[in-house]
Amino acid sequence: MSELTTIVENTLETRFPEVVVRDERKGYEGFIIQAEKLVEVVTKLRDDFGYDYLSSVTGVDYLPEGKMEVVYHLYKSTGGSALVLKAQTPREVASVPSLVPVYPGAELQEREAWDLYGIHFEGHPDLRRILMWEGFHGHPMRKDWQEAYYEEDSKPYKSRWPDGEVWRSEDKNTFHKNVDYPAGFDPETWVPDGDASLYAGLGRVVKPGNGGGLGTEQVVVNMGPQHPSTHGVFRMVVTLDGETITALKPVMGYLHRNHEKIGERNTFLQNMPFTDRLDYLSSMSNNFGYALAVEKLMGVKPPERAEYLRVIMAEFTRISNHIWAIGFLLNDLGAYFTPMLYAVEERELILDIFEAVSGSRMMCNYFRFGGVARDLPEGVYEKIRKLVYDRLPRKIDELDLYLTNNEILRSRGEGVGILTPDQAIAYSASGPLLRASGVPYDIRRADPYSIYERFDFDVAVRYHGDIYDRYMIRLDEVRQSLRILQQAVRDMPEGPIQEGKPQYQVRVPPGEAYGRVEGPKGELGYYVISNGKPNPWRYHVRAPSFVNLTPLEIMCVGNKVADSVAILGSIDIVLGETDR
Amino acid sequence: MSEELNTPGYEIPPEMQGQVAITTLDKIYNWGRRSSLWPLMFGLACCGIEMICTAASRFDFARFGMEVMRPSPRQSDVMIVSGTVTKKMIPQIVRLYNQMPEPKYVVAMGACASGGGPFKEGYNVVSGVDKYIPVDVYIPGCPPTPQALLNGLIALQKKIDKQSIKEVRWYQKEPIEAIPIPVLGPDIMDPREYASIREYAQGKLESESSSAAVPAEEAA
Ligand code: SF4
Repeated sequence: MSELTTIVENTLETRFPEVVVRDERKGYEGFIIQAEKLVEVVTKLRDDFGYDYLSSVTGVDYLPEGKMEVVYHLYKSTGGSALVLKAQTPREVASVPSLVPVYPGAELQEREAWDLYGIHFEGHPDLRRILMWEGFHGHPMRKDWQEAYYEEDSKPYKSRWPDGEVWRSEDKNTFHKNVDYPAGFDPETWVPDGDASLYAGLGRVVKPGNGGGLGTEQVVVNMGPQHPSTHGVFRMVVTLDGETITALKPVMGYLHRNHEKIGERNTFLQNMPFTDRLDYLSSMSNNFGYALAVEKLMGVKPPERAEYLRVIMAEFTRISNHIWAIGFLLNDLGAYFTPMLYAVEERELILDIFEAVSGSRMMCNYFRFGGVARDLPEGVYEKIRKLVYDRLPRKIDELDLYLTNNEILRSRGEGVGILTPDQAIAYSASGPLLRASGVPYDIRRADPYSIYERFDFDVAVRYHGDIYDRYMIRLDEVRQSLRILQQAVRDMPEGPIQEGKPQYQVRVPPGEAYGRVEGPKGELGYYVISNGKPNPWRYHVRAPSFVNLTPLEIMCVGNKVADSVAILGSIDIVLGETDR
Repeated sequence: MSEELNTPGYEIPPEMQGQVAITTLDKIYNWGRRSSLWPLMFGLACCGIEMICTAASRFDFARFGMEVMRPSPRQSDVMIVSGTVTKKMIPQIVRLYNQMPEPKYVVAMGACASGGGPFKEGYNVVSGVDKYIPVDVYIPGCPPTPQALLNGLIALQKKIDKQSIKEVRWYQKEPIEAIPIPVLGPDIMDPREYASIREYAQGKLESESSSAAVPAEEAA
């Protein structure tokens, strides 16, 4: 922990005696803050100490103690490590003040904590369920909430291992399906919420025409969840005045796969392949973040060669993700599929490398705690060399040449969907979205992890915060990634790729850890709590695609409806991660 | 291709070969349909990415007449369910299926669509899309490679080849009933199962109250 943080921490305790106490639990860090004073303390922190960036908000259910805890990770947008704050509240009437007035970026994350944990956020402007639907029974992440296929609290299930048999969960369910209904429920009298509560927040007004002009009526338009522009099963509900957007609500959860609930039943290592499926375009960097978090708890460090392999894979992932994003952005602007085909061609070459080292094109499951799964097979090093020194730089220049001065891209991108630097920070935007708004914040530099300090590269930054800059910044970042790759390939030493023996069942000491990496889409953080058992007590993913949707509305309002498609494309989301 | 079509078992006189084709109605009908299958442009999850790759430069399913991906269900022939089917999404999937005109086919791509996949135990996950709509071809894999998807689509073509215009369901007298749209209740509900849901919930209530009653009696 840096000296500066320590100073802040000492002043915190003296400024707010009794309100702020150090978290003394073994393996924990940060402060526990009295819930009633939370807003006051964080406002101070933001205004006087520069903790202006709220990265992650999440709930934790401490069932044995009968408590709920809300965990906040604050950062400075100028760099440095985290300040971890916690607010505790009784389980049965869980409620803490909302931080949306201080950090608007908390909006979606607080809704998630409400949906999954039933923690009420006092003062939240629009506290509805977000991943599940209105009317779902219970708050599923609570430790005592059991799903229809519930077997045991943690894996491996006794029925399967060591001497279990194979059976299907369907056969044990009354309906032969993954369903369960509360006692005494009567479907005939059920009135589904539909989207009533959602539409209620949008507001539709009829404006009479003045002075003989045409009167306009505001209409509500649903885009998605099945819509070619939404990059998966995302849904936007927009209110239009003519063609101009006056309000917009993102609706998600159509791909909510209960990643965290399953993750808390899994053993630590069993979660690794699940992380692949978060942002399924960049499985390697997902592995990276999770490995970092658990390694922090375990106190292990991978050997040199493994570190280099990790960086190489993560940077390849960034390149493949960014060119894919560029291809899709052009799709959204109307250059249907042709730029995409160029991007996919290069991506396939990168996937070949992933397949060679991990055995799978997309779901690599390559990282292990304290190392990586396999070394480079024969001939792959040469392939990588050719790619990073020759082929990719050439092809990126080619994309640049074809697209950057394209008339359509310029006229539809420049000045559209603007996010100012202040807004970007306040709304917890991260990754290319943040940097295109003129904030040079890159975790690889701001809070370095792995061996990124060794490499010579620039943090790409652009200043207009519009669609065009978000396109440009991806090209810049690909070039910087290539620089890192070239150095990594040149310097990679020989040696072991795993610290100690590979293990199925790792021993993770009790405590909490937050591992974060600069993923291709932004800050990807894993908040893991271990209580010394083989399974994590809490496993939370701070997904950049999810949090980056918070400023979607302010970017879209005032623009034409067709631009909302391009703005969404320029954020670059993946639904597996948004909904988890 | 012409050879395959042109073998109905009739002899064609040598002077007319290459000019006249004799075939059966079934063959030409199926040949036409299976060579221009238009998939619904519909990606659900990770498998959808592999579907896009199958459509793109390296694998290119245009070679099998499938490159015309339609964003509208009204214009598509085959729904490739490419990804995890969640309870929140299944009403929309059933609706899309109902909106597709006959003849229509469903391909369950990947472990999730076929049976729930890695996320099967999740509270919001449907154990395979076939719990709600009929599936023609299942493709294993997580995700299936583009080659596997192509193989599945070729399997679908073979299935189409075996159909007969006399028996296909869309030429029968009885109208085809739409599948009832599932309803989002406390959990997902199939409207056809309302009676058994009520029975189950009542039974649960009774067993709960009777088990709660036991300790009370003991205390007394
Ligand atoms: S089968 Fe695997 S790859 Fe396909 S959607 Fe499911 S988890 Fe993703």
